[in-house]
Amino acid sequence: MYIKRDIVDGIKAALPVILAAGPFGLLFGALAVDNGFTVGEAVLMSATVYAGASQMVGIDLFGDKIAPWLIVLSIFAVNFRHVLYSAVVGRKTAHWSKLQRYAGFFFLIDPQFAEAEKRAETGKPLSFIWYMSAGFPIYVTWVAEGYLGATFGKLVDNPAAYGIDFLLPVYFLGLVMGFRKRPNWLPVVIVSGIVSVGAYALVGSPWHVSIGALAGVLAAAAIAGKPEEAAE
Amino acid sequence: MELSTTAWIILAGALATYLTRIGGHLVLSRFPSIHPRVEAALNAVPAAVLTTLVAPAAVFTGPAETATIIVAFIAAFYMPAMAMFAVGWVAVLAFRAIIG
Repeated sequence: MYIKRDIVDGIKAALPVILAAGPFGLLFGALAVDNGFTVGEAVLMSATVYAGASQMVGIDLFGDKIAPWLIVLSIFAVNFRHVLYSAVVGRKTAHWSKLQRYAGFFFLIDPQFAEAEKRAETGKPLSFIWYMSAGFPIYVTWVAEGYLGATFGKLVDNPAAYGIDFLLPVYFLGLVMGFRKRPNWLPVVIVSGIVSVGAYALVGSPWHVSIGALAGVLAAAAIAGKPEEAAE
Repeated sequence: MELSTTAWIILAGALATYLTRIGGHLVLSRFPSIHPRVEAALNAVPAAVLTTLVAPAAVFTGPAETATIIVAFIAAFYMPAMAMFAVGWVAVLAFRAIIG
C-alpha cells in the first residue's frame, strides 16, 4: 500500500519538473549538434552528465580547442553545488542501503533535490521508491528530449518569442519560494542573491553559483551561532 | 568501438559530476555528530543554491525579465507553485511585448 502511494506521489512530483525542463532538454540537443556534437554524443552527455541546463555551460567550450582537462574542470565547477545537495539528502536517507544511495544520488539534480527536501519537510517518508519514482521519469524524458533535439534541431525556432528561454529562472524562483517557511530564509536569499549577482559580474559564470551559494550557507551558519554565543 | 575525444571528455565530466553528487554525503557521513551551525547551514542549502540560479538572470537579462521575476515573486505568496509558474510565463510574454 505504502509502495503504491510512494510511486504515485513520486510521479506527481516529477510532472511539473518534466514540463519546466522539457524545452531545455530539446534545446540542449539542438545546441550540442550546433557545437559539433554527433547525436550520439549529445545523448551520451544528457544520459551520463545529466545536469539539466548546466550541460549547456559546457558545450560551447568543446568547439573552442580548449584543453580537455579545462572543460572537465568547468563541468566540475558548475556542478559543484551538488556537493551540498548530497550532504543534505545523505542525512535524510540514512535508512537507504549503500547501493541505493550510490544509485540514487546519480539522479540528484536541482529539482530532484528540491522535491526531496519538500517531501522530507511534510514528514512523509523519503523512501527510495518515492525518490526513484520521481527521478526516473525525469531522467528518461530528459535523455529522450536530448535525442529529439539533436535529431530534429530546434523544434522551436525562436524560444524567446514564446518566453520559453526565461521559464527556467521562473521555475527555480518557484522552488526558492517553496522553502520560505524555513528559519533564516529571507537573509539567506538576500545574501545569496546579492553575492551571486556580484560574482556573476566580477568573476563570471559558472562561478557565481558556488560563490553565491557558499555565501548564503555561511550566512545561515553565522546567524545560527548568535543566540548560542549569547547564552554562553 | 572507438570513442571520440568529445565522448571521453563527456565521460570524464560525468564522473566529475557524479563525484559532486556523492561527495558531500561521503564527507559528512564521517562525522558522527553535527554542530548546530552546520545544521543551520545545511537547512539553508535549498534557498542558498537555488537563489543563485535566479538572481543573475533576474538582474542582467533585461527590464522585462526583471519585472517578470518581481511579479512571480509576489504571486508566489498567493498561489501554488504551478499557478505561479503560469503567471510568470504570461508575465514574461506581456512585459516583452510592452517594454521589450
